Amino acid sequence: MAVSSVSSAVVRGAIGVAAFLVAGEVIGRIGIVARTYLPPTSDVLGALWQMLSAEGFGTDVLVTAANWMLGLATAVAIGVPLGLLLGSVPRLNEVSRLVVEFLRPIPSVALIPLMVLVLGTGTEMRVFVMVFAAVWPILFNTIYGLMEVDPLAKETARSYGSGRLAVALRVSLPSAAPFVLTGIRLAATTALILEVTAEYFGGAGRGIGTVISVASFGSGQKDVVLAGALAAGVLGLLANLALEYTGRHTLVWAHQPGGAR
Amino acid sequence: MTAMMFKAPSHGLARRAFATAPVLARWAVLAGLVALWELATWRAENPFFPRPTAIAEAIKEQWLSGPPSRLFLTEAVREDVLPSLVRLLGGWAIAGVLGVSLGLAIGRSAWLEDFLAPVLHFLRAVPPPALLPVFIVLIGLGSSMQLAVIIFGVIWPILLNAVDGARSVPATQVDTARVFRVSRLRWLFGVVLPSASPKIFAGLRISLSLSLILMVISEQVGSSNGLGSSLVDAQRNFSLRSMWAVIVLLGVLGYLLNSGLLAIERRALRWHLGSSGQLADTT
Repeated sequence: MAVSSVSSAVVRGAIGVAAFLVAGEVIGRIGIVARTYLPPTSDVLGALWQMLSAEGFGTDVLVTAANWMLGLATAVAIGVPLGLLLGSVPRLNEVSRLVVEFLRPIPSVALIPLMVLVLGTGTEMRVFVMVFAAVWPILFNTIYGLMEVDPLAKETARSYGSGRLAVALRVSLPSAAPFVLTGIRLAATTALILEVTAEYFGGAGRGIGTVISVASFGSGQKDVVLAGALAAGVLGLLANLALEYTGRHTLVWAHQPGGAR
Repeated sequence: MTAMMFKAPSHGLARRAFATAPVLARWAVLAGLVALWELATWRAENPFFPRPTAIAEAIKEQWLSGPPSRLFLTEAVREDVLPSLVRLLGGWAIAGVLGVSLGLAIGRSAWLEDFLAPVLHFLRAVPPPALLPVFIVLIGLGSSMQLAVIIFGVIWPILLNAVDGARSVPATQVDTARVFRVSRLRWLFGVVLPSASPKIFAGLRISLSLSLILMVISEQVGSSNGLGSSLVDAQRNFSLRSMWAVIVLLGVLGYLLNSGLLAIERRALRWHLGSSGQLADTT
């Protein structure tokens, strides 16, 4: 029963994807909009195929993916410890709240022009911009996860002689882990957006964003632009799936993922 | 903030700290950090990092030195800030209406959801800036392009959260509504929408911050007015003071918008807070 409903969901999903691709093909061909503006699916997939088999594009995807991983890892390395600190010392969390509420809404993209001047167009600038945007979901989900920790479990550990740090690492962190992972999943999407944007506006260097930016000059290469967007979307989708899979298979003790999506 | 905390005794320690820590302390910490920033930039004398007082002066010069009859707002406010605000709120509102109505429809039909889920998740994963060039050729430069970019970029959290919320209407409510044969309209507005609304608000909150981001991006390439375009102008002229002024203004704007939405959410979801103690997760 369960298996058949899962497989029929997969079939329906595949039909949906196929319908989406066909719709793209039809809209591209019947000429509501000029073909050079919105090329049909086959052109886009063709361009994607050409790009994938062309020499440079693999490097561009790799550069984007590598920078993205570096940015995400940096955001995790800052967000999780900071979240642990703020989450286990409520007073600190409370007092720093206003600072966070002013910093968080500053769009990272608004920092790109400044950071291009300060750090150049390379990896440093991209990582900074990604971290500034991606650290918040990790931080908030970690704090939120710590607030949801069963007080009884903490008291038990404490009465068996565990210190503050031991309680935080052995009890609070594992119990908050699903929330942290949700935060990382959200952060991954954000970081990818920022990496591609930083490449797009940064101009120099390599990456999917640079490919899109180069192809969008002039008029003829809309299929390359869409193929680049498609590649970035697939990258994001794969990361999301990988993180979801990791969550389901490593955090077996907490089988229900928390947090908003 | 404090009012809701008193209602929620569930997380004893954290909640008590929230209620007792004075608002004053938060502002003191903020002021202290700004003072540190002033000191550090004053010592460093780095041209890329002007002192906060200089930034404040730039903000005052650019936007707050008008005549008292117009609340001290300068002409530049109408050029920089107003168009940005209109685009941001307009795009967000349209995405909200579209996202909620589509999301509720999809969430109430398991069949429809199966068909659309992979496509929706893919579309959400496409970085909206990557589609900027496509929107530019399709729509041309100008406000409608910016609106389209904002709508396309921010609709997914709202839509997916609405799907999630609509899916999780409690079974007793579904059965009760069926037994009483409530009209479709009442079913939608009286049962589905309320039970999905906490999730929807969580989505709206994520989308509001996203709107701010996309507003800036779209104005950086295709606009002659708005904060994004003044940022680009400042970069071209190497005017770091104005650049910082725009960044700080964006932070203040984001803070005000967020607090406004939170206040509305608290009023709208008061019934929900009473039962479960807190708002849906903020991200």
